[in-house]
Amino acid sequence: MTNHWVDIKNADVVLIMGGNAAEAHPCGFKWVTEAKAHNQAKLIVVDPRFTRSASVADFYAPIRTGTDIIFLGGVIRYLLEKDAIQHEYVRNYTDMSFIVREDFAFEDGLYSGYDAEKRSYDKASWDYERGEDGYVRTDPTLQHPRTVYQLLKRHYSRYTDEMIERACGTPRDKFLKVCEMLASTAGTDRAATILYALGWTQHSIGSQIIRTGAMVQLLLGNIGVAGGGMNALRGHSNIQGLTDLGLMSNLLPGYLTLPSEAEQDYARYIDVRAQKPLRPNQMSYWQNYGKFHVSLMKAWWGKAATAENNWAYDYLPKLDKLYDMLQVYELMDQGKMTGYICQGFNPLAAAPDKAKLLKGFSSLKFLVIMDPLVTETSEFWRNFGEYNDVDPAQIQTEVFRLPTTCFAEEEGALVNSGRWLQWHWKGTEPPGEARSDIEIMAQLHWRLRELYRKEGGAYPDPIVNLDWPYSNPENPTAAELAKEYSGRAVADLADPKDPSKVTRRAGEQLAGFAELRDDGSTASGCWIYCGSWGPAGNLMARRDNADPTGVGQTLNWAWAWPANRRVLYNRASCDLQGRPFNPRRSLISWNGKAWGGADIPDFKADEAPDAGMGPFIMNPEGVARFFARAGMAEGPFPEHYEPFETPLGYNPLYPKAQAATSNPAARVFKNDLAAMGKVDKFPYVATTYRLTEHFHYWTKHVLLNAIVQPQQFVEIGEGLAQQLGIANGAMVKVSSNRGYIKAVAVVTKRIRTLTVEGKPLHQVGIPIHWGFVGVAKPGFLANTLTPFVGDGNSQTPEFKSFLVNVEKA
Amino acid sequence: MSMQSLDIKRRSATTTPPPGVREPVVAGGVAKLIDVSKCIGCKACQTACMEWNDLRDEVGHAVGVYDNPADLTENSWTVMRFSELENEQGDLEWLIRKDGCMHCEDPGCLKACPSPGAIVQYTNGIVDFHEENCIGCGYCITGCPFNVPRISKKDHKAYKCTLCSDRVAVGQEPACVKTCPTGAIVFGTKEDMTQHAAERIDDLKSRGYENAGLYDPQGVGGTHVMYVLHHADRPGLYHGLPQDPQISPMVAFWKGLAKPLGVAAMALTALAGFFHYVRVGPNEVDEEDERKAEEEMRHD
Repeated sequence: MTNHWVDIKNADVVLIMGGNAAEAHPCGFKWVTEAKAHNQAKLIVVDPRFTRSASVADFYAPIRTGTDIIFLGGVIRYLLEKDAIQHEYVRNYTDMSFIVREDFAFEDGLYSGYDAEKRSYDKASWDYERGEDGYVRTDPTLQHPRTVYQLLKRHYSRYTDEMIERACGTPRDKFLKVCEMLASTAGTDRAATILYALGWTQHSIGSQIIRTGAMVQLLLGNIGVAGGGMNALRGHSNIQGLTDLGLMSNLLPGYLTLPSEAEQDYARYIDVRAQKPLRPNQMSYWQNYGKFHVSLMKAWWGKAATAENNWAYDYLPKLDKLYDMLQVYELMDQGKMTGYICQGFNPLAAAPDKAKLLKGFSSLKFLVIMDPLVTETSEFWRNFGEYNDVDPAQIQTEVFRLPTTCFAEEEGALVNSGRWLQWHWKGTEPPGEARSDIEIMAQLHWRLRELYRKEGGAYPDPIVNLDWPYSNPENPTAAELAKEYSGRAVADLADPKDPSKVTRRAGEQLAGFAELRDDGSTASGCWIYCGSWGPAGNLMARRDNADPTGVGQTLNWAWAWPANRRVLYNRASCDLQGRPFNPRRSLISWNGKAWGGADIPDFKADEAPDAGMGPFIMNPEGVARFFARAGMAEGPFPEHYEPFETPLGYNPLYPKAQAATSNPAARVFKNDLAAMGKVDKFPYVATTYRLTEHFHYWTKHVLLNAIVQPQQFVEIGEGLAQQLGIANGAMVKVSSNRGYIKAVAVVTKRIRTLTVEGKPLHQVGIPIHWGFVGVAKPGFLANTLTPFVGDGNSQTPEFKSFLVNVEKA
Repeated sequence: MSMQSLDIKRRSATTTPPPGVREPVVAGGVAKLIDVSKCIGCKACQTACMEWNDLRDEVGHAVGVYDNPADLTENSWTVMRFSELENEQGDLEWLIRKDGCMHCEDPGCLKACPSPGAIVQYTNGIVDFHEENCIGCGYCITGCPFNVPRISKKDHKAYKCTLCSDRVAVGQEPACVKTCPTGAIVFGTKEDMTQHAAERIDDLKSRGYENAGLYDPQGVGGTHVMYVLHHADRPGLYHGLPQDPQISPMVAFWKGLAKPLGVAAMALTALAGFFHYVRVGPNEVDEEDERKAEEEMRHD
């Protein structure tokens, strides 16, 4: 989230789209309830189904799954046409006035620089025009035809109400009502918040959908203000922590990135990432990349990382390709990966295309499962009848199960969607032989290290030289690790302005990332967490929920990254004189000498408001980008592409351009493209989702959850049920080109038949929570049905839009 | 026994009056207010109820609705009822009501119950079952206008929501109230809850629900579990919530008028018998009859 949970109570309009906040976050949802009860806020839900969120909403509009860019693009067009934008904000805090290069082009669904062979773009033309001074050329009057403003208007002029009705299936009047309600927050006195989740991320165009939502918020001046923001409601406890610590295959902690194979030169590696300002006097905070990187290397390799060896740069793996989850299972499928450690993860259930995964796991030599529960993955080799029809005699994989602790049996911090690191304490001892993940990983490392020391290996240095300063090397404590992430001074740190003054003694915890250096004198395992365990101690453990200003800013409850800033980009909540746009919900303001207020300023604390420094301090432009430049795989402006399993067979925006039907820049493996289904055999559009009563594949092991939602079902609209003669409560078989499931049919009014491109379109809802182990009634894994293709930027699989057939079982 | 946290106001099948020396000032007693317009149907309340009361229901089957279990049972003292509706504007509504005991001010279950002390009503309005006195006859179900109590197959006794009388007795809110994540369930004095409901109803009206209102049916003397409904004019939309619930006239008669009538019938019969004995006397055989009977016998 760019804002946070409590801040939602400040909203005047709440849009839930690409998510189902009441269903998946019933506790966090109370802040929406608060906004409605005490702020007269209006709640809008846009979703393929009338969900639990819709049941308490003021307005609901249906939409075909996967067409959110068309809808949101239409909102952008509406706002620009009606001029319902926050002018001062858009003019000063975004790149609307920037002039784009002449060779940038867009035609028939494709941008300039496309290589159809490689399914990727040469993005050189996706850039601004530079002046002689090297800075970006701008036209503040916005008249120049290649200003981002003019290009944006042109780009979304095709997203008419008629197109939304045709392609999304959303009735025109409902679409316009949503536009009106959002437009009501264009002024400085009202704010809208967008709450989204996996309904936006789990598409092959997911990242771009989210970007389109952000663009709507920027036009309305809703980013960086109380009650506004682009708020991702994360899908698991501490998934925010997972991404923060860089557990994605191409990341390092703190959203630093691993080098690619081509990046053998350390100086170049840093230079590319340390983005210099594109306009005068911008913070472009990533220009400090070197400090974050070197501090990370010191945290990992300690004394072995020196200036002479480029801070152990050679110890870092260099990526030849992405090693995300989809790639990994593809490698297993090809027999190129023969061992797998599966930690706190149930991929047979949670990854797409069960049949492909089964084949992959069956060809492994060994599989290690670290989990507190027995999972479908740990039991993949067992026959469970129709639910898992395998022949154990044919499977040679050796499976090891290492029982781990649960959250209540451990101490540590969980990071919530609002970026708050909240420390929690151990509630009870773990049962039997269960050990914490830390202990298991530490022991694995320690034994491997000894083996490498004794026997050598291809390149054991990165492993044997890891700094391992923990009191008990086989079981580091959460506190030791937290302190390491936050960071400390390795040597005495002197004040750069007065070298005789020592600002931090060697060994002391650092107070914030401003103290990080690139000369090896600091160590921090995750720069964005720097300060979470500072000189004063564990700030994540604080529990003072005082809200002195009433705007929901509880700065002394836990600790948020970065630097305890609760609302990101909060400089944008003030005008060029440093006065809050909305004095009733002020976050920060300028007092003539410094910024301060209800929040920690997300800005240089003593920088005058009219000196030209922009609020978006991580961007080299200093302003927010409507034109993403080379930042996204598909293009600088979001464009609609159909899901890979499209019910139409063409892109309604470019019916003749075959290459632009589905995401032209998304990676698809050959076999998976072949496994896609077509609408002639699979005429209905399916989407998967969660229910409040369950969490993924865990809670089917819990009796209470199983009691309140015992058995697998699918949701079918009354229209489709009538057409197929399916009674409510009858068993049905739902199949895709990859397999089938059988489930009870819930025939519902809440999924209406849409009219798309003049024809009736039926959507089928498939909750995910069942499998073949647990105390709930046994069921089929929903991912038997889903396609093996991911988002072009994040590789998140397209779980939310695919084609199925439905018949009586 | 009268010096306990919750005083008894009424006791099933008992004619002796309860102790009445204490006068707790409770502004209409306690009340649980369920704002159906805020409820997201998450079933946290069902789960909390099972956890607090150490109950575990069966893992049942999906029957085509989100209601699970599909009905109240001896182990599920509250269930969410989901009703789908397409309204006059052609828009969808999903009405989700937390079903359970309404804790009537004039409880039909207590009236119908033949077992002394199996059902009690406290001065604060909570209607509680004391199962050690329950004979499992099921009359409480007949007496309940809302079809709430359920007989256990395990011990043949009746069970229902207790409004967490054990928690309320020590000053805590019921488990469902504590756990509700959106604050759709609130608890306090009936006066306060009615006031809070009025504010909620104003808010609903401002959002276009013209017939929003409070469900506090007077046919049972009002209830200590009340609903804020979007459509208070049509409670039947909420999975058959009765429009104007009253204690069945059969029960009212059987436990009401039938008793004095029955006693009167017995007393009158006794009186009539007495008068007959006094005036008419027993059917005795006198000397005249004896003589005639002997004569008849000699002539045969």
